[in-house]
Formats: sequence, C-alpha cells, structure tokens
Amino acid sequence: MKLPSLNGRTLALVGVLGTLLALFIYVALRSGPLAPVPVTVAAAENLAITPALFGIGTIEARYTYRIGPTVAGRIKRVDVNVGDRVQAGQLLGEMDPVDFDDRVAALEASIKRAEATILAAQAQVQDAMARKSYADAQAERYEQLWQTRTASEVAVETKRHDRQVAGAVLAAARANLDAADQELARIRSDRDGVIQQRASLRLIAPVDGLVVLRSADPGTTVVAGQAVVEVIDPASLWISVRFNQLRLSGLRAGLPVRIVLRSLAGHTVAGHVLRVEPLADAVTEETLAKVVFDAPPEFLPPVGELAEVTVALPALAAATVVPDASVQRVDGRLGVWAIRDRTLRFVPVKVGASDLDGRVQILDGLKPGERVVVYSQRALNARSRVKVVEDMAESS
Amino acid sequence: MISLAGRDILHAWGKFVFTGVGLGLLIGVTLTMAGVYRGMVDDANVLLDNSGADLWVVQKDTLGPYAEPSSLYDDVYRGILGMPGVARAANVTYFTMQVRQNERDVRAMIVGIVPGGPGEPGQPGYLVAGRQITRSHYEAVADVASGFTLSDKIQIRRNRYTIVGLTRRMVSSSGDPMVFIPLKDAQEAQFLKDNDAILQQRRRTLANPAFNRPGVPGLADAVIASQTTNPYVNAVLIQVKPDHAPEEVAGLIRRWKRLQVYTRTQMEEILVGKLIATSAKQIGMFLVILAIVSAAIVAFIIYTLTLGKIREIAVLKLIGTKNRTIAGMILQQAVGLGVIGFAVGKVAATFWAPIFPKYVLLEPGDAVRGFIAVVAICVLASVVAIRAALKVDPAEAISG
Repeated sequence: MKLPSLNGRTLALVGVLGTLLALFIYVALRSGPLAPVPVTVAAAENLAITPALFGIGTIEARYTYRIGPTVAGRIKRVDVNVGDRVQAGQLLGEMDPVDFDDRVAALEASIKRAEATILAAQAQVQDAMARKSYADAQAERYEQLWQTRTASEVAVETKRHDRQVAGAVLAAARANLDAADQELARIRSDRDGVIQQRASLRLIAPVDGLVVLRSADPGTTVVAGQAVVEVIDPASLWISVRFNQLRLSGLRAGLPVRIVLRSLAGHTVAGHVLRVEPLADAVTEETLAKVVFDAPPEFLPPVGELAEVTVALPALAAATVVPDASVQRVDGRLGVWAIRDRTLRFVPVKVGASDLDGRVQILDGLKPGERVVVYSQRALNARSRVKVVEDMAESS
Repeated sequence: MISLAGRDILHAWGKFVFTGVGLGLLIGVTLTMAGVYRGMVDDANVLLDNSGADLWVVQKDTLGPYAEPSSLYDDVYRGILGMPGVARAANVTYFTMQVRQNERDVRAMIVGIVPGGPGEPGQPGYLVAGRQITRSHYEAVADVASGFTLSDKIQIRRNRYTIVGLTRRMVSSSGDPMVFIPLKDAQEAQFLKDNDAILQQRRRTLANPAFNRPGVPGLADAVIASQTTNPYVNAVLIQVKPDHAPEEVAGLIRRWKRLQVYTRTQMEEILVGKLIATSAKQIGMFLVILAIVSAAIVAFIIYTLTLGKIREIAVLKLIGTKNRTIAGMILQQAVGLGVIGFAVGKVAATFWAPIFPKYVLLEPGDAVRGFIAVVAICVLASVVAIRAALKVDPAEAISG
C-alpha cells in the first residue's frame, strides 16, 4: 500500500517540476537575445504613384485698400463699421477740417471784394473814357478853330495836353480793371484749391468692398498715411501657402489643389495654384505660392484663417514601390531588409519620389515582387533571426 | 544507492515545493530590480540609438540637449553641412509635455524632426505600424507605450495631430514615450503658449509706450510679430561620412563654429553618468540591499528547514548513517531548493516585467550571475546547517 502513494507523490513532484522546467525553457527562448524578432513583410510592388505636396497657408485678400488721410489731423467722423459693404465712391468718414471752412469763407469774401474792386475799376474806366471823349472833342474843336486862327495857340496846346492826359488816365483805368480781374481769378483759384484740400479730408471708398478694419474712431489724431479704415474686395480672396522646400519638385502654376480650411476640417474645397512666388522665404526655408479657389466659397472664410493645401502632382510612371517604413539607414547606407532565399539581407537601394501615403519609389537595387521587411519589433542586423508575422499587434 | 535527499523531499514534497516557490518569488523580485536598473540604462542608450546621430551639436557650454536645455539658431545647420566630413545634418527639438487625447493625457517627449524622409538623422527608425511622416505639418509618429493607435487625433498645444505611424522602444531617458512631429510645428509648440497667454503677451506689448507710439503706426504690430517667432532648435544631429572619424569632425566644428559637439561616447557618459546617475544609484543601492536580504532569507530558510528535521537526522545517526551521506542530503536539498527558486523567480520576473510602466530589461547575463549567486548562497547556508546537523546527539532521537 505504500508504493502506489509514493508513486503518486513522485508523479506529482515530477509533474510540478516538469511544468516549471517547461515554463523556464519557454521563458528563456521567448525573451532575451535568443528570441526571434517579429517582423512583417511586404512584396515590392510595381506601381504608379502620384506624389503630392502639402503646405499650409493663410487666407488673404489679394487687394487691401488702407484708406486714411494724406495729412496729419484729427478724425471728425467715421461712417462705416467693420463688416459693412461699401460701394466705390461712398463716403466712409471725414477728417476734422479745422480752419478749412473759414479759409473758404475768407476767400469768398475776398472774391466779393475783388468783384467790387472790378466794379470800381470799371467805373473808373468809364469815367476816364468819358473824360477822354470830352477831351477828344475839345481838342478837335480847338484844332479847327486853330485852322481858322480863331483860337490862341496856347489854348490849343492846353486841349491837346488834356487829350493826352485823358488817354493816359483811361489806359491806367483799363490796367486797373485788368489787375482786378486777375486778382479775382487768383482768389477764385485759391478758393478752389482750398475746397479741393477740404475734399481730400473726406475718406472715400475706391472700390466696391467690405470693411475689415476700423482702426481709429472720431477724435483720434492720425498721421499722414495711417489707415483709418481698411477695405478688401471679398471676391479676390486667395491663399498664401508655404511649402517646405524639401522634396518640392514639380510645383507650378495651374496644378489642382485640395484645400481644407481649419474651421471645416474634413471638408475639402477644390482650387488651383495661381502662381509660385519668385521669392522664397530664406529664413524659414519655405517656398511661397498663391492658391485660389476654383469656385468662390459660398460663405466668406475669415481672412487670416489657416488652410491646409494638398497639391496633386502628375502621376509618375510605374516603378518599384515599397512602404517608407521599410527603408532604413545601416552603416551610412540607405537600404531595405530583404528576405532572399529565406535569409535576411540588407540591400542598399536608391530612393526616388514618394507620395503622402508613405509609398516610396526604389530606383535601383530592388525588383518588384521581392519581399522586404516593413515593420520590426527591434532593430535588425545581419545576424537577426526573424519571425514573419501577419500583424504586429498579435505578436506583441 | 537510494537518494536520501530524494526520499526526504518526496516525504514532504508539498512543503518543499511551496518553500521553493516562495523563495522563487523573492528571487524574482531581486531579478526584477536588476531589470529595472538595466532598463534605466537601456532607456538612455536607446535614446541615443534612435536619434540616428554620430554627433550632437548643441549650444556652447551646455550639456544639451537631453541633460540641459540648449538652443541654437535653426539656420546653424547650414554652416555645419558645409564642414568636411559631415554627411547629413538635421535640426531637432526635444521637449517633454503632457499630450492630450480627448479626456486623457499622456506624458511624452515631443521630438521635432525635419520631414526629410527615411534614414535622415532624427527620424524614427523601425516602425511597428503605419508609415513615416510625409506631410510637413500636423502628422505624428508615436511610441506604442503612449497608448495611441493609428489615426488617433492628439492635441499638442494649439494644434491637432494625426498619428500616422507607431514605433516601439522610442523613449526619453526618463522612459517617457516619444512623439515625433514635424520641426516647424514643434518649434511653434515649444514657443507658442495657449491663446490666453498670447493675448496677455500682446496686451503687455501694447501697454508698453516704447512699442506703441502714436507717431509710429505699425511698430506695435512689428514688435508682436517678432515676438511670435521661434528661430531656435535644441540640437543639430549629424551623421558623419564613412571615411571620417566622428572625433575629428567634432573637433573641426568645435573649433570653427564655436559650438559644443558631443560624440556618442561622450553623450553616453552624460546620460548614464550625469542624467540618470542619482536615480540609477538609488535603484542600485536598493538592489544591493534586496540581494543581501534575499541571501539572508534563503540561508535562514535552508537552516530552519534542516533544523526542522533534526530528530530525523538524529535517528539516521542512531542507525549509523555516515556523516557524508547526511551532509550530501542537506546539500542536495539546499541546491534543489535554490534551483527551483531560481526557475520560479526567472519565470515570474519574465511574466510580470512587461506590466511595469517603464522598461524592465532582464539580461541573460544578470540571470546567469543570479543563478550562480543563488547556488552559492544555498551551498553556504547548507554548510552552516550541516554543521548543526552533524553536531546533533543521536540520543535526541529517543529522548523526549
């Protein structure tokens, strides 16, 4: 009776120790340097990829009209508010004219005075003319009397002298009248000039547009050239896009783009590249371009809103393509880990264009259909043992 | 010959095995503690491996970018690219922050990289899912330790990023998972605070009469614009041409660019010797004490186990068993207990190591050293027990 119980105990002990040994071996092989590295593989494909460029930009108005006074002064009134639609020629506001109106009144008075002066001068001319014609008549009569010697020579001389004096007085009166006329014209011009200056104090909308900024209110003193009101043309909105200069080949005017406004994430608007700016931003190392909407947006996006722009470049010819996660740099050389004849081998490759979905062209070194390591749990080297798994999530 | 030890174990195998398991759990804790220490050092090393750099160019007189803050102008790399021996150079920024995703947030190290394609310095190397960053904005590659999955949206400061790829073991020196984002976004995130802070800053600038002068329209705008730019990066990562020694290239850059340059060896010294030195020592101290305590407990267990059998040993002596046989029995039992304990400990440590929030690296070398130590302690402890057993008076067997 003792032996079976002993056997049972032995079996139980062997069972426990056996399980422990099995677990230990499993642990030793599954973890640490002996364990194979789980990797996923994919076959290199022969695909035509369509590279795309991605940039972000801000919505800007093509033309911004900053309307302000041409001389320093104080604002008298501003008639429009931000958001108002204005028409070309509309009065937006006015600067304080200070003494312009008084100067106009003073000049008006001067004109009146000049007109009165003209009347006086005209009267003088008429008086002189009357005197002249009398002197002429007198001189004529004495000349006839002198013919018949019925008048003395002295008297004739006197009349002649009178006639000359009357002529001179008439000429002086005429000159006076002329000067008075000129004076009137001068004062009128002065007045017109002041009125023109007065008019320039009125802030007038140059185009049909939308008021986007009212930077000063009545009573504020502004300097010459400072904008009081800013007007934009809402139909002329465009997006100023900045592209990273890395791998930026092929960007040119006319390419179609997809625009995603920040406020409407997920909603794509079509557009196209209007122009690539000839000047790049040297500081931020970005190339600038202007993108316009194909159709005007149904509502006005705020100027300055951020927009994501994806430019679709023309599709490239089919070539060997692998996922970009498979391209690694080992010892300074770019390549992929290919599985050739069931062994892992590092194959140096030459990398070409890539698209935004993470596919990259292999120009040299790899043929379509070759199996390459895409994902790996650990860094690989030439001696790594790998275990090919379907899905990385299952193995970890 | 019958194995006395085997017979004795079989007699009370349950007690024996459970003692072994208990011992094993203690050994498991010790092995795990060693793993925690190794994991800290490994975190520091993978940080250097993952950057893919041969040289680190940082601000002069700093130990940047990991151990100290460092900032360089972001156009410095252009000049460095022209230095002899430099194959590739790329800007990089690092900063640690809480990354928000819906309701939860994760502590992560944000790495700003130049989206220059695979193999460039600073790029995440091996992925486990998804793809590399291809757009120059608003895409992110995150470490799986962050808990993010593909196409998740995460919030870093003001912007939302889409996770396009996942990596494994891409962590900072303090074990925080890395999140790679394009450099321009990272520069902005590093500098731009929340909207409220930006508004406050603008208000302060506008309130400063030096910047907001009535006679100079546009000055305040220009000042604000200049305040909201960040032309700095934390380091420039360099890959050296194959035929140049890193130290030689570093010397040239130090001399002509007047910047601090660290090689891989120097960087390891900084990270392991300076950055994690105190916490590593802390763990190391704890490991030493734990090892001593474990050794003492193993020795006591074996000693008391033998003393528990003192009457049986007395009987053995009474019936004339040789001292060698008795000593052999005790020694075999002690070593057997040690082996079971080590196996249980190794299995336990391997199974609970992945549950730890930070990386626990169980090195085979540590396991071998641990095994030798366990066996040695068992042998030593059994020697004490053997002395006690051999001194026992056979008369005790029939006394009481």
